[in-house]
Amino acid sequence: MKIHIKNGRLIDPNNNIDAQQDVFIAAGKIVAVGAMPERFNANRTIDAAGLVVCPGLVDLSARLREPGLEYKATLESEMLAAVAGGVTSLVCPPDTDPPLDEPGLVEMLKHRAKSLNQARVYPLGALTQKLGGERLTEMAELHDAGCIAFSHADVPLADTNVLLHAMQYAATFGFTVWLRPQDAFLARDGVAHDGEVATRLGLASIPSCAETIALASILTLARETGARIHICRLSSREGVALIRAAKAEGLPVTCDVAIHHAHLSEMDIGFFDANCHLIPPLRSQRDRDALREALADGTVDALCSDHAPVDDDAKLLPFAEAEPGATGLELLLPLTLKWANEMGISLSAAIAKISAEPSRILALNNGHLGAGQSADVCIFDPEKYWQVEPRSLKSQGRNTPFLGMELQGKVRYTLVEGHVVYEASA
Amino acid sequence: MKNNPQLNRNGELQHLLTIEGLPAATLRHILDTASSFLNVAEREVKKVPLLQGKAIFNLFFEPSTRTRTTFEIAAKKLSADVINLNVGASSTSKGETLLDTVDNLAAMQADMFIVRHSQSGAPHLIARHVAPHIHVVNAGDGRHAHPTQGLLDMFTIRHYKQDLTSLRVAIVGDMLHSRVARSQIHALTTLGVPEVRVIAPKTLIPACAERMGVQIYHDMAKGLKDVDVIIMLRLQNERMRGALLPSAQEYFKYYGLTTEKLALARPDAIVMHPGPMNRGVEIESSVADGVQSVILSQVTFGIAVRMAVMSILMGSGAGSKQ
Repeated sequence: MKIHIKNGRLIDPNNNIDAQQDVFIAAGKIVAVGAMPERFNANRTIDAAGLVVCPGLVDLSARLREPGLEYKATLESEMLAAVAGGVTSLVCPPDTDPPLDEPGLVEMLKHRAKSLNQARVYPLGALTQKLGGERLTEMAELHDAGCIAFSHADVPLADTNVLLHAMQYAATFGFTVWLRPQDAFLARDGVAHDGEVATRLGLASIPSCAETIALASILTLARETGARIHICRLSSREGVALIRAAKAEGLPVTCDVAIHHAHLSEMDIGFFDANCHLIPPLRSQRDRDALREALADGTVDALCSDHAPVDDDAKLLPFAEAEPGATGLELLLPLTLKWANEMGISLSAAIAKISAEPSRILALNNGHLGAGQSADVCIFDPEKYWQVEPRSLKSQGRNTPFLGMELQGKVRYTLVEGHVVYEASA
Repeated sequence: MKNNPQLNRNGELQHLLTIEGLPAATLRHILDTASSFLNVAEREVKKVPLLQGKAIFNLFFEPSTRTRTTFEIAAKKLSADVINLNVGASSTSKGETLLDTVDNLAAMQADMFIVRHSQSGAPHLIARHVAPHIHVVNAGDGRHAHPTQGLLDMFTIRHYKQDLTSLRVAIVGDMLHSRVARSQIHALTTLGVPEVRVIAPKTLIPACAERMGVQIYHDMAKGLKDVDVIIMLRLQNERMRGALLPSAQEYFKYYGLTTEKLALARPDAIVMHPGPMNRGVEIESSVADGVQSVILSQVTFGIAVRMAVMSILMGSGAGSKQ
């Protein structure tokens, strides 16, 4: 299959391209950018006039809910949501049921995902067995089975001795450890940021120091062990400062922020909007502004969707009892564009936050469109406005704080390995 | 801030979920209406026919005797049919969701739900869910709000002090877990009380409490100085987790209201408590039963205030407009 994408505005941050250039695809790979290669007879031509052609998006956190949680979502539904959002590679945390702590489970997930021929799935293996926080998993075996790194998902790992050993063991093999920093005791029972809104609404709260204390521990252990660390979903201004200092010191640390934290604050909870029950909690406006700045100045490496499909029944409960999480795969691109637009950041720099940068964190080579690369491509209409409504989403999880909002930027085509896996009408 | 969900498009009270965001005129209207109901108890027939034929469901997901009873009495004085449901012990324990329970009761032609729930925001969830003709009154949700208690406290203060705009009010105790305190603070600041103090150890004061318009004190001697009203809060032992207080004895020594500490306030200061009281922990018996205590008046006024709220919500009060 040979595809010619013509007339589009090609944005490839990794290769410093932002210009009208054609892309030529054959046998699943990019064969040329710009001039048509000799004897290239396209089987299909996509006219991308008025559209942006960019690398397929790489999402660092998307729960697919399989195995075990199919009532919330299925691989089929979420992979379709991924490609509808222009996401061609995604990382799934190990918080499935059972957790991804055995090579067989990982192999099965990889096999199932591959058979769907949509986005590429990169599982994170559990750091400890059953995410129980006591016994290490067979990390090397899990890596061989397809795990790209190791994480403890959102399950607190309170025992710092276990964390130390997990990092030491991971460092032995050069694996990266992905951690969401949160002190288990300070966050216990909490459902909202320890600030004005939780005080007003009488919600049990999680202070920012729950993040910074855990982050300080993680960074100290990283220094001790030499483990490569990726910090997931940073949420606080003080956390940003710690990451900035760690990077200046030269620690091998990267980090991401969830797209909703770049736009929302505790104020959006309003009067108990359960769609704003998220992990980590939406923090103060100052925290949100610090995250937006840190994304712009490179302290925060990447944006992720933090996609967590939740069934409607689980949200139709009082705020604290409602299940945390929001759907996000299809909102990653438009919300990234919105952040960039509001911050006065170039389209290219914005796209880097959801393609080249996450790809670099994963040590993959699929976040750009250089010749010889696998043809993972996202083609979107940057001018198209659309309203976020349950029926406009492919994900089985329809809950998001952005419901009802009008967003700009809609995916028209998604290609994975040279196949058009998603196509929408204009 | 999103729109206040308890006001309809005309700014009229559709539900009573929290004091927060209600205009002062609405609060005054409730208090004035309550005044007009005070004498019902003195009549030979202690009822008015305002809510005849209306069905009011007392939907209590959390145990309560005092509040449930006063709501029941208030509804009966308005001639409504009252159905008491101790839901914690029935439907939900069989796995039914909160909204399923509400749907079933709504199908039984309910006109109003009086809701108590252990989770903050549960009445908001119900109010968003029910048909427009059904009204919801929050009878206490988690740590969030207890608006009728807040209103009856305002009624009590107004009864004894008349002008609220020249008062110093001290709220003493566990603000962290107190829905009553939150409602009182919103009501006091909305009604123009110029100085509202909260006195407690740091472990019992939530983050950013001063953003609610209060001054924080940790020392009773300083906090009680020259105040006109002292509102004692109950220690919410059932909600406390972790190391918040070392002992009841130490708490009483530093934050319990004794005759000596009461003397720091203005001589005509009144002492209030939403009940039930822990004597010897929050308050000394001689103070609780003393001449400055208006604790039992609060209970009596509570019925008139709840009658006012119910009748206004149902459009049968002395004019349902603000």
